[in-house]
Amino acid sequence: MPESQTSIEIRNVYKLFGPHPERYVGAVRDGGMNKAELLDKHNHVLGLSNVSLDIEAGHIQVIMGLSGSGKSTLIRHINRLIEPTAGEVIVGGTDVRALKPRELRDFRRTSAAMVFQKFALLPHRTVLGNVVFGLEIRGLPRDAQLERARQWIDRVGLTCFEDKYPSQLSGGMQQRVGLARALANDAPILLMDEAFSALDPLIRVDMQTILLDLQAEVRKTVVFITHDLDEALRIGDRVAIMQDGELVQQGRPEEIVLSPATSYVEDFVRQVNRGRVVKVAALARPLAGPPAALRMPSALSLADAALRLVEARLSFADVTDGKGAVVGRVHLDEVVRTLARSAGEAEASDDPPARLAG
Amino acid sequence: MSFFDGFPVMDADTLTALKKAIDGGFRAFTREFGATVEDFFLPLRSFLIFVERLLVTTPWPVVLVVIAGLVYLASRSWRLVAGAVVALLAIGYFGMWEDTMRTLAMIVVATLMSVAIGIPLGILMAWSAKARAVMLPVLDVMQTMPSFVYLIPVVMLLGIGKVPGLIAVVIYAAPPIIRLTNLGIRLVDKDVLEAADAFGASTWQKLGKVQLPLALPTIMAGINQTIMAALSMVVVASMIGVQGLGQPVLKAIANQYFTLGVFNGFAIVGIAIIFDRTSQAFGRRLQKHREAEHA
Ligand SMILES: Nc1ncnc2c1ncn2[C@@H]1O[C@H](COP(=O)(O)OP(=O)(O)OP(=O)(O)O)[C@@H](O)[C@H]1O
Ligand SMILES: [Mg+2]
Repeated sequence: MPESQTSIEIRNVYKLFGPHPERYVGAVRDGGMNKAELLDKHNHVLGLSNVSLDIEAGHIQVIMGLSGSGKSTLIRHINRLIEPTAGEVIVGGTDVRALKPRELRDFRRTSAAMVFQKFALLPHRTVLGNVVFGLEIRGLPRDAQLERARQWIDRVGLTCFEDKYPSQLSGGMQQRVGLARALANDAPILLMDEAFSALDPLIRVDMQTILLDLQAEVRKTVVFITHDLDEALRIGDRVAIMQDGELVQQGRPEEIVLSPATSYVEDFVRQVNRGRVVKVAALARPLAGPPAALRMPSALSLADAALRLVEARLSFADVTDGKGAVVGRVHLDEVVRTLARSAGEAEASDDPPARLAG
Repeated sequence: MSFFDGFPVMDADTLTALKKAIDGGFRAFTREFGATVEDFFLPLRSFLIFVERLLVTTPWPVVLVVIAGLVYLASRSWRLVAGAVVALLAIGYFGMWEDTMRTLAMIVVATLMSVAIGIPLGILMAWSAKARAVMLPVLDVMQTMPSFVYLIPVVMLLGIGKVPGLIAVVIYAAPPIIRLTNLGIRLVDKDVLEAADAFGASTWQKLGKVQLPLALPTIMAGINQTIMAALSMVVVASMIGVQGLGQPVLKAIANQYFTLGVFNGFAIVGIAIIFDRTSQAFGRRLQKHREAEHA
């Protein structure tokens, strides 16, 4: 299957909810009004404020933020379930705002599949009937519909539930039906609004693995909303954090964990186990002196690196890239310091001297 | 201060002139277009006569078996089938078979017409706020205006007979299905509709695959009410020449034949109950997916 070549560019998007959004968008854009002020003065809800985000083709972009920060609003702009008040949304080179109704339908049928936060299954259809829905809309032959739908029902582990109605399923099972429905469409873009939130931890990891496996095979452009930072760090190539309709920070997961831009982001990343998230590559120093007795790949996590160094009774090791070439050196004391810093922060964040010591 | 003593009425001559003008205008219209209107309803008349003949001339055991079969198909309940058969046998035994068949024909045709007109109108109302603003008061008038009042222009236009009776019945019986189709479609979960949009469904695909199936139980309730409304018009319709169970009732009123009235009244009740229970059971079967909670 071809690699997905569909990038998504979101440029200076504003979204105001209320009867006259165009009247007050200026106050936000040029007057710098924030969400609370806009609600107070003009009784409009600020959904998004000057959001710009480039999502590379074939990557997983995670979006995080507190409840009401505008995540669902943002993801709905990509397939134009919501029209922006101002700004541009460009998907695969085409301006989504400029699509005519017919073109928009075609775009939604073939280019972007969505998993909904509230599942949004068709209550009058069985699991199978729900999963074929998108294919039916596209007008595929019935055999092809059923074959593909069954394949995805299998993959999400609902094989024996094909003929059940949504009301007969648990929340987590319903969510997997929504997932299968979207995946069956085989669109280059996947929009996943808290797609795993109702799943229990075990199945959740299963589904994450399915997504990552799928990514390894076909590389879709995935926009993934989650409240779970561990999930974000596991699957995200990039992470963006939203607050009150604004995008406060975006970058690689490590960047966000190691250098949070605001205290809001810091609150978000505080609980993270850095030992598992941060890779030794992030701590690698330029080479100096003779080669080390131990080599480790740059993608090794800090926790594993510390373990190997301690077991080998060494104080430093050389870091190698994917091809085995040495690219830098990492020291045990620095690894331990970084690990300790996250542990210390989680328990007593108001103790800066501890960070500097050592 | 005569202003407070009596309501300031329009001057009597003007009022009379107004009434005369309107009546005159309508009469002229009738003379001009009565025949055209009648021709327009000709196919309907043929259809009604066809159904009536079918029910009346088919041997009664066949009709009985077919009705029992239909009741079973719709309700899947043998109890209901038994009830329907017993009621029909009693009706036949008391000599009301033919009248009952005529009434049945009328009800079936009136219901089909109401569905054919009502579902599209209901969909239109659900889609367009403007259509809703126009239709709601019209429906109110259709349901509350005493039927004798709109019988007058219908009879003036079409004379006495089956078709004007049918129209009177449809005017009274169609509003429930229009209202409930509109309601059913508008009650469909917004999230589900959004999902259909997200998958690129067209307006017709949304209607056919999401809105109508989800509104179907509500629409069925509308059909049920429509049938009941049509049955309640049987006697009124018989006043302008519709044959069936209504005419013996009229005769009973005029001549104070108590028993004749009661028999025919109960025959109407019998049919009403059969229709009601069957269509309700059918409606319930349609929403099986809602009742099935965690198995
Ligand atoms: N249709 C709407 N009309 C008015 N306000 C809306 C509408 N949709 C969203 N909002 C507002 O926009 C803001 C962002 O909502 P959104 O649903 O995007 O949040 P979210 O980040 O997805 O939250 P959650 O994590 O709870 O799903 C909220 O303040 C919400 O009240
Ligand atoms: Mg949301």
